[in-house]
Amino acid sequence: MALAWHPAIDRVTPPAAASFDRWLVAEGEDLAKLGNCAGCHTSQPARPLAGGRLLETPFGKVFATNISPHADDGIGAWSREAFGRAMRRGIARDGTHLYPAFPYDHFTHVTDHELDALYAWLMTRRAVAGRAPETKLAGIFGFRPLVAAWNLVNLEEGPLQRDASQTAEWNRGRDLAEGLAHCGGCHTPRDRFGAEDKARPYDGNKLEGWYAPPINARSPAVRPWTVEELHVYLRTGLGPTHAAAAGPMGGVTRALAQAPDRDVRAIAVYVASLMSNAPAARQDKPEPVDRVADAERAHPQAASLFAGACAVCHEPGAPMMQQGRPPLAWGTPLHIDNPHDTVAIIMKGLTPLAGAAGPAMPAFADMLSDAQVQELATYLRARFTDKAPWPDVQAAVAEARQGERQGERK
Amino acid sequence: MITLTVNGKAQQVDVDPDTPLLYVLRNELALNGAKFGCGLGQCGACTVLIDDKPVFSCLVPVAALGERKVRTLEGLPKTVPAAFEAEQAAQCGYCIAGMIVRAQSLLEKNPRPTEEELRAHLAPNLCRCGTHMRILAAVRRAAEAMGGGVRSVAEHTP
Repeated sequence: MALAWHPAIDRVTPPAAASFDRWLVAEGEDLAKLGNCAGCHTSQPARPLAGGRLLETPFGKVFATNISPHADDGIGAWSREAFGRAMRRGIARDGTHLYPAFPYDHFTHVTDHELDALYAWLMTRRAVAGRAPETKLAGIFGFRPLVAAWNLVNLEEGPLQRDASQTAEWNRGRDLAEGLAHCGGCHTPRDRFGAEDKARPYDGNKLEGWYAPPINARSPAVRPWTVEELHVYLRTGLGPTHAAAAGPMGGVTRALAQAPDRDVRAIAVYVASLMSNAPAARQDKPEPVDRVADAERAHPQAASLFAGACAVCHEPGAPMMQQGRPPLAWGTPLHIDNPHDTVAIIMKGLTPLAGAAGPAMPAFADMLSDAQVQELATYLRARFTDKAPWPDVQAAVAEARQGERQGERK
Repeated sequence: MITLTVNGKAQQVDVDPDTPLLYVLRNELALNGAKFGCGLGQCGACTVLIDDKPVFSCLVPVAALGERKVRTLEGLPKTVPAAFEAEQAAQCGYCIAGMIVRAQSLLEKNPRPTEEELRAHLAPNLCRCGTHMRILAAVRRAAEAMGGGVRSVAEHTP
């Protein structure tokens, strides 16, 4: 039963690193990669887990907090009990409600043993001083006890029941995908209270200037997402018959690259099962669409832009295409029913982490005008898909440009 | 004919509209500062400024420029190049023009960047000789010469 008032749990002296079993710590590290904790809680590599990353939500700016074991600024004074309550029920050590931007509605499914391991890992990290900026949401959403009502409706506490009709691998994959890996946090649309819409699981969701596409029977993928393809994609950030992981998914795949292979495969088994009735799974289309002549006739200026800016990598026969990279016609972004991902990838490109290998693409935001990005996106849809043109490309570009400007001011 | 503005001067060139800006600069206008490195927008040797922002000129079709203003190494003040010379930042020198142009764009916008901001800003440009430490030293020197300075890690960590 969720109540608005919860007691504070007493501060503890941060437990000594040596007090934790080393195997438990190692297990916790694996789990932290599966959950991509650092994705939100590390904003500067030099200050791991010290928080500070800004999440733009429809309700205002939420800053990820410091979860390093610093006694005052982090969670060093949190007991295992306080940590478990935060993960399961979204309540901080001092009794205040955490905002559901912290996906405790997923983390609630993590088992007690896994919580032990995560706690052991977190408490053996370096304590980093410094608090993240305080989250202040607008209007009534700034009143944290309101979250209690949200929890009453949206929080199903505790680990999931095993589905005996499925394999152990599928069950493990579901536990991870629904729990720690919190896939629905991005891929499930949200209702007006910011909760995942349970009637439309994994049905696609717009966030942070990107669109996390549907990964259910409505998956717009052109080629089937087999377990093998998904496994490779999640581990490497590149699906040879789909596309490169972009935007927030890039960070997810970089974390999963360091997670245990059998767990990533289990996630692939489960997520592939969600898409087993998608159009691509029922009818594979191995020949990429390329309506080059029609598209050039309809959009001559964009065809010229493509020739000068894109063709050197993306034209069939270009050097990159000889390295087994997917043709644009197979990339999911062009087949989604909105242009957000196509526009975002043109403007922001793909940047691997400094010193790390990974798919790379230059950002064209400063090379092309808004009108040119719009023309190019329209041309790509016309050339590489057999779908109707997007109606709202101009608005999507304007929105992405607005995001760019805000990013520069930060 | 296509008209473009380079280093404050209007230029007319007779080329295909999809010709990359880099080829126009080098082959039509004899501005050879920007170099052809990879031709894929991955190395930064061809960096120029369009409306004061650094871009890969090998991937900008010349007809896409419109009214936007191009600045190349040849049109920059001598402060940053002088700092690169003073620090002897070049080994083979192939990347240096692009490095100078990219550094210029940072210091014009922010003459007091942090070390982290400096490194993040220069990250798109590659140097295969490995003179990165000298290149960073040159940009720090240039920042001071422009009345600013690069803040060390210790200065900006809370």
